[in-house]
Amino acid sequence: MSLTIGLLLGLSFVASLLALAFMIWAINNNQLRIEQRHAYTIFTEGEAGQADDPTAEGPDVHHFDVERAGLDYVSKAPVLLLVSSGIAWLVVGSLFGLIASLKLHWPDWLDSSAMLTFGRVRTLHLNLVIYGWASMTGIAVALWVTPRIFHTPLRFPRLPIVGAVLWNLGVLAGAIAIARGWTDGEEWLEIPWQIDILLAVAGSFFVLPLIVTAVRRQVDHIYVTGWYYLGALCWFPILFAIANIPYIHSGVQEATVNWWFAHNVLGLWLTPLGVGAAYYFIPKIIGKPIYSYSLSLLGFWALALFYSQVGIHHLIGGPVPTWVVTLSIVHSMMMFVPVIAVAINQHVLVARNLWALKESVPLRFVSLGALFYTLASFQGSIEALRSINSVTHFTHYTVGHAHLGVYGFLSLILFGAVYYILPRTTGRQWPWPAAIAAHFWLVVTGFLIYFIALTVGGILQGLAMLDATRPFADSVRVTMPYLAARSVGGGLMVAGHLLFAAHFAVALLRRDAAQPDRVVPSHPAVTT
Amino acid sequence: MNRLVPLGILALAILAFATLMLVIAPAVQIRGMTATPGLKPYTEQQLRGRAQYVAQGCVYCHSQQPRSVDQAPDAERGWGRASVASDYVNDRPHQLGTMRTGPDLFNVGARLPSRDWHLTHLYQPRAIFDWSIMPGYPYLFELKARAAPGEVVISLPDRYRPKTGVVVARPEALDLVAYLQGLDHSYPAPPLAVRDDGYSEPGEPR
Repeated sequence: MSLTIGLLLGLSFVASLLALAFMIWAINNNQLRIEQRHAYTIFTEGEAGQADDPTAEGPDVHHFDVERAGLDYVSKAPVLLLVSSGIAWLVVGSLFGLIASLKLHWPDWLDSSAMLTFGRVRTLHLNLVIYGWASMTGIAVALWVTPRIFHTPLRFPRLPIVGAVLWNLGVLAGAIAIARGWTDGEEWLEIPWQIDILLAVAGSFFVLPLIVTAVRRQVDHIYVTGWYYLGALCWFPILFAIANIPYIHSGVQEATVNWWFAHNVLGLWLTPLGVGAAYYFIPKIIGKPIYSYSLSLLGFWALALFYSQVGIHHLIGGPVPTWVVTLSIVHSMMMFVPVIAVAINQHVLVARNLWALKESVPLRFVSLGALFYTLASFQGSIEALRSINSVTHFTHYTVGHAHLGVYGFLSLILFGAVYYILPRTTGRQWPWPAAIAAHFWLVVTGFLIYFIALTVGGILQGLAMLDATRPFADSVRVTMPYLAARSVGGGLMVAGHLLFAAHFAVALLRRDAAQPDRVVPSHPAVTT
Repeated sequence: MNRLVPLGILALAILAFATLMLVIAPAVQIRGMTATPGLKPYTEQQLRGRAQYVAQGCVYCHSQQPRSVDQAPDAERGWGRASVASDYVNDRPHQLGTMRTGPDLFNVGARLPSRDWHLTHLYQPRAIFDWSIMPGYPYLFELKARAAPGEVVISLPDRYRPKTGVVVARPEALDLVAYLQGLDHSYPAPPLAVRDDGYSEPGEPR
């Protein structure tokens, strides 16, 4: 034990020295000088000050934007392919989620086949919505936004098409494997490592074009969205590779790798994809820059530093060394710093422009998603406190929290982003504007029912389990009405997804002579 | 922040630091450990049963990590003493779990040693507990006119008994039950064994 503490102290000392040297270098080279004018990087000349929402433009408005028309045209094929795939996985994945939810209160339903047992349906739900819906749609948004903030077209735009095909095959193969009982057996890492190789190869087809596009950028400043995207691109491949190496991890040590990975999928992959998108779409739609651009620097680096070490709070009270649990609890509390920084930046801008929420449903999706990010992060920090964790750990409360993050935060932002992107990319309006608002209200109402039910039910379950005078059966009985309510909420969410998918399919496939395709230059507007 | 390379280097350095703290350092501390005295290695059949446990996804509702008496009444529920890192040296993949929709199973073999109980419970949990929401696993069993020699017939209350014939366990069900019966970590843990002691005072029993 003394060796471990001495080693850790020594390593922390070395790390601090290196960080200090890095900071001196950064200050010397003006890397830390961030000015509010840099926040205008997302606007073209004369654009700031005008709201910009393609879904609010009537059919007669002819939107034309010389620079971005060229940029968006280059990214069009990979973005549309990835978004279509993501939405297809969302529909399938959330149907599996609904089946899993129903099975918890109808336990004898669909019990005759191994493929449809709760343990597999629930796992299919998680893997399809994370690696299918959230990752593919998140990458699509990144491929679309990156050229816009760097003011240069996407490089190698055919590679992500290959990547999307391979990634779809990987997710499909993973789903079939899980359904048939072939699994690596750890939460978030169920897809067999042999199939993970395919996903890793597919991933590199997204990383390369984005990095080259960033290298060839036509602006001096990398806008904050770019930091999050570049960070995520550095982090996720490494996380994914280390956690999936077969045959080297076992026992409790494997559990620490498991949760280091699983929480970093959220913290260093899905969160940057969501926060990065929010940092672009909120100011872009409102037409004004974020509140305090220099604060975004603190938000980003604090996220990287603290979020990367919170994972072991999933093993509080477990058979792992005390120090590593405590380390993760401390970092979980430190997460208040980046979350408050992001919250100030985004929520103050929205709060000062509430008129825009009324006019723009995409903005409503994105800014509500950003608000849920703040709430989910605060909740996560508090949940990591030992006293709270004793109640909530091992209960449905945690499931509610996970959905506040991945659904309330990330999925809502992705919905808003897709509503903004499609008209700009295809040049055609959404055919049924009322369906956008209907989608919003279905999923938000459904999600609130879902979240409140699991939060209350989970707390009651945890309290029953901590009370030695009550039999274990009480902790099951007490959750029953809340599990049923969760299915109602989940059903509304699925209905919203079906509407979204149908609307997207019609918008993509319909050829309307009254609304000609936007004229696009035959070559990218900017070339290098 | 206008340069890509420093951004990438710093981002990777931070991840490397996190990996050092959460992956490498715990591995250095844990991996050299020998099994807790009293921990038996799995038999061939138990390993096959463990593979069933993993493939059916039991871990999504059952943990295998009793908490200490300072934190929760797990021991009073018969789930066993607080587990320590060296109880898991034979486990790959680990099945610690994060959910207790059902009870902790780390000592289910000591708490419920009967094979027949487990077989009935796996076939139809509500044949034993009316409040249970665990799925049945009828596909691990077979409905037959009569059992062949050596086959295990499971006993069921009238409500769940087939009208004709008998329900016999497939080998997968017998393997799974052998694994569950083998989940017995009731031997004592050494006083300095590694676990999260954040809820207890130093020197207190856990």
